[in-house]
Amino acid sequence: MSDQAASALGARRGSALRQWLLAGLLLVIVSPAAAAPLKVAVASNFLAPLEALAEVYRQQGGPALQISAGATGQLYAQITQGAPYDVFLAADQARPQRLVSEGTALTGSRMTYARGRLVLWARPGIELPADGLAGLQRPSVTRLAIANPALAPYGRAAREALQATGQWSALSDRVIQGQNVGQALQYLATGNVSHALVAASYTRLENRPAGDYQRVAGRLHAPIRQDAVILAGSASADQARAFLAFLRGPAAADVLAAFGYRAAGPSP
Amino acid sequence: MNLTPVWISLQLASVTVAVLLVLGTPLAWWLAMGRSRWRVAVDAVVALPLVLPPTVLGFYMLILLAPQGPVGGPWLAVTGETLTFSFAGLVITSVLYSLPFVVQPLRDAFRGIGPRPLETAAMLGANRLDAFLTVACPLAGRGFVTAIVLGFAHTLGEFGAILMVGGSLPGETRTVAIAIYEHVETLDYAAAHALSAGLLVFSFVALLAIYTLNGRRRPGIGL
Repeated sequence: MSDQAASALGARRGSALRQWLLAGLLLVIVSPAAAAPLKVAVASNFLAPLEALAEVYRQQGGPALQISAGATGQLYAQITQGAPYDVFLAADQARPQRLVSEGTALTGSRMTYARGRLVLWARPGIELPADGLAGLQRPSVTRLAIANPALAPYGRAAREALQATGQWSALSDRVIQGQNVGQALQYLATGNVSHALVAASYTRLENRPAGDYQRVAGRLHAPIRQDAVILAGSASADQARAFLAFLRGPAAADVLAAFGYRAAGPSP
Repeated sequence: MNLTPVWISLQLASVTVAVLLVLGTPLAWWLAMGRSRWRVAVDAVVALPLVLPPTVLGFYMLILLAPQGPVGGPWLAVTGETLTFSFAGLVITSVLYSLPFVVQPLRDAFRGIGPRPLETAAMLGANRLDAFLTVACPLAGRGFVTAIVLGFAHTLGEFGAILMVGGSLPGETRTVAIAIYEHVETLDYAAAHALSAGLLVFSFVALLAIYTLNGRRRPGIGL
């Protein structure tokens, strides 16, 4: 490429603009990034880590990712209606399982790419119970936001943790359910709740809400496994497989840890 | 299937329309008859919910209605209740959201009356309030019907703003549109279909009623 660009440079001294355009065109034609981007649908809670992972993947020579974020159920509905994604990174296991059994995702492609953790977060100036979830019945806990347990894996885990510590029924009139874990955090950030049980990954956000948080013991709830599948309609299934292999690898594990997730581990 | 969300939505739409008739009728009258230089600006403000995404309204409401917010704070001090995640908070949000759907038909109906009936009423000795209640309001009858039906139907269909400030509390803030969304999310398509079809049929009948009513006499009043 550099030879051609140089000869173009010599031949047309007068038109610098045209030379730059030609060099740019050659760059676009020969660069590996010109390969078709991999279209990835991702659950909103994993958007920030995926953007970081996309950058690392690109540096390793992989194709660019074209990322669409949304609620897992909504993305599932779009995929069953033929939305043209290559890879689906869900927030749970149920929807990927269903896509495989319906034949919309490739058999054998399902894998756990991340395991989530919960944190208990308090508004600035409001105490974080020193004894963890067991101390949530204090009057300083006016409202506790969680994700809707019927819709969101983090909501289900929050309910399990509250049940395991005997708080669930006692707190029922103080619990506010967001549509997803992001909305639970939004309620905390806007001061509409005093506490929230949300994904640990939010503690790594640059623009995270103020206030103290503490980790919820993982033994209080079933693991929050987020599964990925390759969609049957993908025209780039090989590239998608390579990307999932990258997600299982050590470089991805570092990014996952930096965003407060546990690395994939074996899929059950 | 749980029909509580339908009941919540019907209550919300009824209360919202009642509040809007009380607040919106004088506003529409002023917009139709007033000569203030602020009138055009107020007209534009009233129309804002038509063009803004509901997420803008929901976002501002989440901040205004919060316990430390400029509206939610005083409300909490007076009533002891928070406005977000409450039926009262949904009413405030819906009143803003459906404002143009009530005020604009009323404004156009008042404008359509023209000055003559009111001048006649004044000549016959009616004071201004009397003329408004006994002459203008009956003449604007179809405008009122349009405003009530549109305001009601539009509030039933409200989703984005309520999603942001409601918290989906069963029996309190889980409206029919939120219930549909959650049924879709949990793959309960049968329940989603039933509620969606109900809303679709109701909205069609409501619009059909308005267009039938407005088509029978000269057009130009209402929509």
